[in-house]
Amino acid sequence: MNVKILGTGCANCKRAKSLAADVIKELGIEASVEEVTDIQTIMGYGVMSTPGIVIDEKVVGYGGVPSRAQFIQFLQEANAA
Amino acid sequence: MSDGFVSVQPEVSGGSSSQIAPQHAPGGVDWKAWGTVVSLGIVWWLLWQILEPLANWASFQLLGLTPGSRLGDAVAFFLYDVPKILLLLAGMIFLVSTVRTFFSVERTRQLLGGKREGVGNVLSALLGVVTPFCSCSAVPLFIGFVESGIPLGVTFSFLIATPMVNEIALVMLFGLFGWQIAALYMVTGLLVAILAGVAIGRIPNVEKGVEDFVWKIAVGRDAHSDESMTWRERFLSAWAMTKEIVGKVWLYVIVGIAVGAGIHGYVPEDALAGILGKSAWWSVPAGVILGIPMYSNAAGIIPVVHALMEKGAALGTVLAFMMSVVALSLPEMIILRRVLKPRLIAIFVAIVGVGIIFTGYLFNLVL
Repeated sequence: MNVKILGTGCANCKRAKSLAADVIKELGIEASVEEVTDIQTIMGYGVMSTPGIVIDEKVVGYGGVPSRAQFIQFLQEANAA
Repeated sequence: MSDGFVSVQPEVSGGSSSQIAPQHAPGGVDWKAWGTVVSLGIVWWLLWQILEPLANWASFQLLGLTPGSRLGDAVAFFLYDVPKILLLLAGMIFLVSTVRTFFSVERTRQLLGGKREGVGNVLSALLGVVTPFCSCSAVPLFIGFVESGIPLGVTFSFLIATPMVNEIALVMLFGLFGWQIAALYMVTGLLVAILAGVAIGRIPNVEKGVEDFVWKIAVGRDAHSDESMTWRERFLSAWAMTKEIVGKVWLYVIVGIAVGAGIHGYVPEDALAGILGKSAWWSVPAGVILGIPMYSNAAGIIPVVHALMEKGAALGTVLAFMMSVVALSLPEMIILRRVLKPRLIAIFVAIVGVGIIFTGYLFNLVL
């Protein structure tokens, strides 16, 4: 599984990234976390408010840091799919 | 500040497991959520009522200071203003954040699409106030707006209104100056945003001031935002936002009010009338220029500004300075530099600056 955090280096992007790494470790899922800072790529996902969260090329949320529970849910859904 | 997290509805319908199960019957009222919010509101109101007597009791009984003495007045002022402003901030941010759960940058873009200049500028400035938006998202927002055909001037109205007319500034003005000044600030802030946007849109070949790569970016289809939030989710999101923002600004508030209390107690009346009063014509532009490199948030600057006014500074001068601090900030220009050429940034600063200076003179003249 591949998790991308779309953001231009704002504080919330960093928080989203460390939350992603945390939750992945907790769930014991095989997944990589990647920070995407290139504005063209970010816009390619149609995200205008950062950070955007992309799991396996699908935008699951944007505009802030999701709660831990939300993030776990995103990952479990993507894992089941 | 953050934009407020929006989760995206899965595109395939029927995946009911993907949604956090609502805690109440669909369509029914969530009594528990509303009850909690209403009780918090009552507690808030009770605290509000006892603030002043409590501050006076603490300064004059508990600490034994003499009413009317310099130190006594400064301490009473501080002990009353800090909890007052923090309480106001918490209440207001919660309300505004709840309203903001109904808006998003993506939705604002849809609302602005196809609007002509003029109407578009007005709508854009108004949406700038209620759309959850963080200046760190200014670049993707700018590209997203411009790409979907929203005129540049309309986009600028949004970018000017957002930092200028924000809930923190309004709360601080309301708490320290009263509702009239807060309303006046809001109206003129919106006018500056609307008119500056219109002016920028009228400049011939203004599009050339945008970096070329912006026009070449292919923007992906809008992510479907989840607009079916329950009230419980809205309140929880607003609560999280309130904690985040108050957690960020409380120190500025305390330092700002402490400095303000010092000025209040120790600087003689009318000491500043000569420099910052109405008689000094150059004080308005000087205030605006001074405000550009300063990047304090409204929380820190308003208490100081309030104290300066008590000592004879003119309202127009002080408001112009404040608007410049929040609307023309160096960090935001650096962010915008990624999508705008220096020439357009200079135009942007010049037009907004002139608008603010004009506002400053107007207030000094009228009030």
